Amino acid sequence: MSLLTEFMKGLWRENPVLVLLLGMCPTLAVTSNAMNGLGMGLATLCVLLGSNIVISIIRNIVPKKIRIPCYIVVIATFVTVVEMLMKAYAPPALNTALGIFIPLIVVNCIVLGRAEAFASKSSISSSIADGLGMGIGFTLALVALGGAREFLSAGSLFEYKIITSWTTKFMLPSQSPGAFIILGLFLAGMNWINMRKAAKQNKVYTPPQGFDCKHCNICSFKDDE
Amino acid sequence: MTEEKKTIKKDPESPLIILPDPKELIVSTSPHLHNGGSVKKIMYIVILALLPSCAAGVYFFGIDALRVLLLCTIFCVALEVIWCKCAGKKQTWSDGSAIITGLLLGMNLSAGVPWWLCLVGAMLAIILGKQLFGGLGYNPFNPALVARVGLLIGFPKLMTTWVVPKKFSYMMNPDAGFVNTDQLEKLKSVGESIIPFNANIEGLTCATPLSIAKGADSFQHITSPEAIQNYFWGNVGGCIGETSVAFLLLGAVILLAFKLIRWQVPLAYIGTVAIITFILNKVDPSLTPGPIFHIVAGGLVIGAFFMATDMVTSPMTKKGAFIFGIGCGIITTAIRIWGSYPEGVSFSILFMNALTPLIDRYSGGKPFGYIKKKKN
Repeated sequence: MSLLTEFMKGLWRENPVLVLLLGMCPTLAVTSNAMNGLGMGLATLCVLLGSNIVISIIRNIVPKKIRIPCYIVVIATFVTVVEMLMKAYAPPALNTALGIFIPLIVVNCIVLGRAEAFASKSSISSSIADGLGMGIGFTLALVALGGAREFLSAGSLFEYKIITSWTTKFMLPSQSPGAFIILGLFLAGMNWINMRKAAKQNKVYTPPQGFDCKHCNICSFKDDE
Repeated sequence: MTEEKKTIKKDPESPLIILPDPKELIVSTSPHLHNGGSVKKIMYIVILALLPSCAAGVYFFGIDALRVLLLCTIFCVALEVIWCKCAGKKQTWSDGSAIITGLLLGMNLSAGVPWWLCLVGAMLAIILGKQLFGGLGYNPFNPALVARVGLLIGFPKLMTTWVVPKKFSYMMNPDAGFVNTDQLEKLKSVGESIIPFNANIEGLTCATPLSIAKGADSFQHITSPEAIQNYFWGNVGGCIGETSVAFLLLGAVILLAFKLIRWQVPLAYIGTVAIITFILNKVDPSLTPGPIFHIVAGGLVIGAFFMATDMVTSPMTKKGAFIFGIGCGIITTAIRIWGSYPEGVSFSILFMNALTPLIDRYSGGKPFGYIKKKKN
């Protein structure tokens, strides 16, 4: 696979949120508006890129049995850096809104999943492409979700009022039940688009191979000799 | 099967057996006895059963209540038509289910809500609650309740502002807590005559008995015989359709007479609420009012007879219906007494709707002639 396809797959075909359904906790919790989604997405993108690079570099010297703790240490390092940077430079409102979810990137399944499933087996350059693609895909999904929730609840986007006559805030989309409902609608929409695309080519849409439980070998030691 | 019969009939050596023409035989799965009922028939009887309490709501809350009921019904039917058109499905609005959803939604709103709230509610009910799951018969939750809870979470202030009913003189006692002092002055100046046609004018609002009971230490004023009597007839602040217990019971009799609902659900539901509140009231009278208050105040009666009994979203077996009703009763009482909302009927029914497939699975009857295997 060329670097471009590695990059592009995270945006749509293997989008971490909308296809792989990874990282649901930050996805549902912080996307109450588009700005929070963007902040969370960019923070995760930085961590993902850094951890993918380092794990790809050390992939041949890490013993198989303790690889997960090693990955966690690498990821935690980047998360700490990002957290401190955000505390120093990010807008205080964004920082308060994201709160605990920035430190929790350590246990974000996307970061750990890409480390285990991709970076630990691939070269540095393709790991960079993968980290960027997945990170941007995650960011885009979060911004779209946050934007939809913000627009439906107040008629605004990035706190810019689009429908000025919308005065009474509709709290349902910006609260947790709305997060589940709108994520569900997004997933349905994604499948619908893919199915239509496939139908136009006279095919039946099947999700990309290996996206069931089998592709994840985090808790398996079968190739350990 | 038909092929076999054809060969027998054509066989010249068995002329004594005359079989009917196989083309005239209808092969179908059970049940084979049909009483001629249809979805349409059922739905229109339910609408008939809802009308008395709608009328009572219009009587007590004025023309505004009629406006809300009509808007909700029209929006629901219109959205159903639009959805069926867009999705390329057969038009289903004429089966009456959208009308019922609209009526129930309107009955679950205050008479003073703006028109767009009805539209948002209709969207939540018809699109989110029903059509996204595949239409009537496939919805796991009662559509009207999905809309009500969605609106309650979405617009908490609008959904908990209640219009003053027509005959509010019993509410004028300032100690009872139905109206605050500003409202009291306004009510005194307005007088009872103006209310029927100006329900929402001048921002006249009042509290519901349940929301007063939530924060009160003594329940003397809200459980006086006069107050209870007013709650029973529907002369109390609240949703348009939930207040008039008397007319809801009239509708319930219609439903029961046509055997459209299982009596087990309302019995178990109201019974559970009554028993729990009776015990709690006896143990600690300052915790909660007695069972009669809990039955006539709030939406328990409309919930128990018209919403929990929804054919699509309630269990199929009798045993399941009991479990469903008891579960609703426990959750309702818990929310009313300890929860953060004053009323818990809609939440409890939605929660038990989610459990309905599970209840159905474990309350199924024993097949005829079935012998349980002995465990070793």
